[in-house]
Amino acid sequence: MDLSWSAEEDGFRAEVRSWLEANVPKPSLPSGDTAEGFAAHLDWERSLHAERLAAVSWPEEFGGRGATLWDWLIFEEEYYRAGAPQRVTQNGIFLLAPTIFEFGTPAQQAWYLPRMSAADDLWCQGWSEPNAGSDLAGITSKAVRDGNGWRITGQKTWTTRGAFCTHLFGLFRTDPDETRHRGLSYLMVPLDAEGVTVRGFGRLDGDEGFAEVFFDEAWIPDGDSDPAQGGTLGPVGGGWGVAMATTTSERGLTLRSPGRFQATAARLVELAHSRSLDDEVLIDRVTQAWIDAEAYALHTLGDVTTIVEGGSPGARSSLNKIFWSELDIDLHRIALDILGPDAQLDPDGWMKGFEFALSGPIYAGTNEVQRTIVAERVLGLPRA
Amino acid sequence: MRFAFSEDQVALRAGMADLLAGTCSPAAVRAAIDGEGVVPGLWSQLAELGALGILAPEESGGLGFDEVAATLLAVEAGAVALPDPFTQVACVALPVLHRFGSEHPGAEGRVAELVAGTAQVAVGLSWDSSVDQANAASWLLLEADDGLHLLPADSVEIEPVTSVDPALRPSRVRWTPEDGTRLGDPEHARAAAADAHLRSALADAAQLCGLARSMVAMTVEYTSSRTQFGRPIGSFQAVQHHLADALLAVTFAEPLVWRASVSVATDAPDRVVDVAMAKSQASDAAERVADICLQAHGAIGYTIEADLQLFMKRSWVLARRSGTARSHRRTVAEHLQVRPKRSASYEKPTQHPRRLTSSP
Repeated sequence: MDLSWSAEEDGFRAEVRSWLEANVPKPSLPSGDTAEGFAAHLDWERSLHAERLAAVSWPEEFGGRGATLWDWLIFEEEYYRAGAPQRVTQNGIFLLAPTIFEFGTPAQQAWYLPRMSAADDLWCQGWSEPNAGSDLAGITSKAVRDGNGWRITGQKTWTTRGAFCTHLFGLFRTDPDETRHRGLSYLMVPLDAEGVTVRGFGRLDGDEGFAEVFFDEAWIPDGDSDPAQGGTLGPVGGGWGVAMATTTSERGLTLRSPGRFQATAARLVELAHSRSLDDEVLIDRVTQAWIDAEAYALHTLGDVTTIVEGGSPGARSSLNKIFWSELDIDLHRIALDILGPDAQLDPDGWMKGFEFALSGPIYAGTNEVQRTIVAERVLGLPRA
Repeated sequence: MRFAFSEDQVALRAGMADLLAGTCSPAAVRAAIDGEGVVPGLWSQLAELGALGILAPEESGGLGFDEVAATLLAVEAGAVALPDPFTQVACVALPVLHRFGSEHPGAEGRVAELVAGTAQVAVGLSWDSSVDQANAASWLLLEADDGLHLLPADSVEIEPVTSVDPALRPSRVRWTPEDGTRLGDPEHARAAAADAHLRSALADAAQLCGLARSMVAMTVEYTSSRTQFGRPIGSFQAVQHHLADALLAVTFAEPLVWRASVSVATDAPDRVVDVAMAKSQASDAAERVADICLQAHGAIGYTIEADLQLFMKRSWVLARRSGTARSHRRTVAEHLQVRPKRSASYEKPTQHPRRLTSSP
């Protein structure tokens, strides 16, 4: 057990902290989930990229700095502490990129990764369909072999920032003779391809980027034959396995690093100070939420240790997802309770944050699905 | 940065777990309850293993490990609901006497005896209502307003009390603090008391994690085999989700306990707050796990025949001992400087008003 950081790690933290202090836009940018805000967030992504901070743990050839996973954790902690803008590239960098690193050909890595870290390509995730949400294996959007590529027909929904992105990655049915999780392929599709239509729709927290994406015989090349036009990632028909690699990242570590919640907990404590919080019950709730954020951060140190030493948290990452998503609602709800009648006026974005937190137990696999995974795959309880 | 145990620590823990698995089954715990409150012969085996002297320096015959290792042994003690006062001796009395006993003539030789398992020291702190296994002790470390005192057992009055968990053999202790019984001057003795508070909270937090894990494991085992409506009850989603929540609770308590053990081992400036977080979280986790595991067992879990009750009762006691979850959270709130304005009259969390004793 060694809870100390090295001199190099402390140096990296100091560098990141001072750069963020000098560069984080003040006042905050408008939400990256609005049309206006998205453009401002792209500028921010470019300035991160220029400083090689867009994806610190990636190799330099792809726009990173070859930093360790520990450095990435430090970067995230500093990022949230500084109140830096939301990462509109996150679906690409945190979800697609690990999959490209694992399953992509050298040509795919060389094409997509630098463009991703530079925010030239902006990716959204095409998983869900109107009839396939939690039941991802029930998807029906399909791709039919056509010449040197695939012709895609179908519809994806619940696509975060879909209305603002340039590309979509998703699962499509490529073998009509197979069902459920068999016969699926992981495809990458430019959203300006002919036959693709993107339509935004409203969300509880007011964001505009949420979209449905319609495919009407849109064509993409096979494999890595012409990455600029899209392609297939990993083995055709093996899309489920490729997708599951991302899903573990999404649930556990890469989507929600602890820095985010520790920063929210720190803001909650500041709120308590600024309101001279006097109520014992609310004080206890603030304290408990702060302890929970610490617990999540320490647990993550354990997960990173496991990964760095060649292991994998595996299905246990479902525990992480349940914990952080419920903690996030709790942190925000306590703030609203402290604010009382002021809560509705949304000072400092607590109400907006609360609305977004409410989606946490739903996205990245509902907490009901996660609990079943914990029960069956971690505890080994008999299957239903 | 490495948030994982070393090979040595893992091996030590496994040695303890193996010994306890072979000697302290739930049946042995029941026998101890009906007998002397200890598992016959186990104490000398704990001495032989080196567990009693885990924190003692090698010069005193100990293993010279730190509180991270000792905490892992405490977890294993909790995992079997060990009736013997292992943590009281190895995790609290011994290190406190080693660090603070130099100015008290009675302390000399105690550490070596504790390591060898030839004598025991019971500990009574002001935040608890009873002293465990006082009858088996030859000396007692007791807290008064001016700090920790060390007294021979024949100079105090020990009055056994009944408890929901009879394995602990609790007593009230009547004694008179004197200058001569105090571990040195009040400043020194209060520092000793604070150290004892820290160590007992950490040890109990660790035991609570062990208890919680065992309750989950036995409930998974039971629900995997018990069938109703033609299938194992562990295949029903409601039961599955309950047990997932139980695992969630202990999973996000343990890291705080591990971190607290490092803080104590390294005398870190935030060790009091770190231990407070650990004890609070572990107390709540074990309580929640007990509730869930009882429900998942159904009626059988409510019987004395089922082993679950041994672990539940221990959890209920330890959750409220060595500082309640709520009182530890007040320590954390103080640290965060989030506290009611009437802080001038705010009672310090470490001085619990309950006293074990009265002076005549």
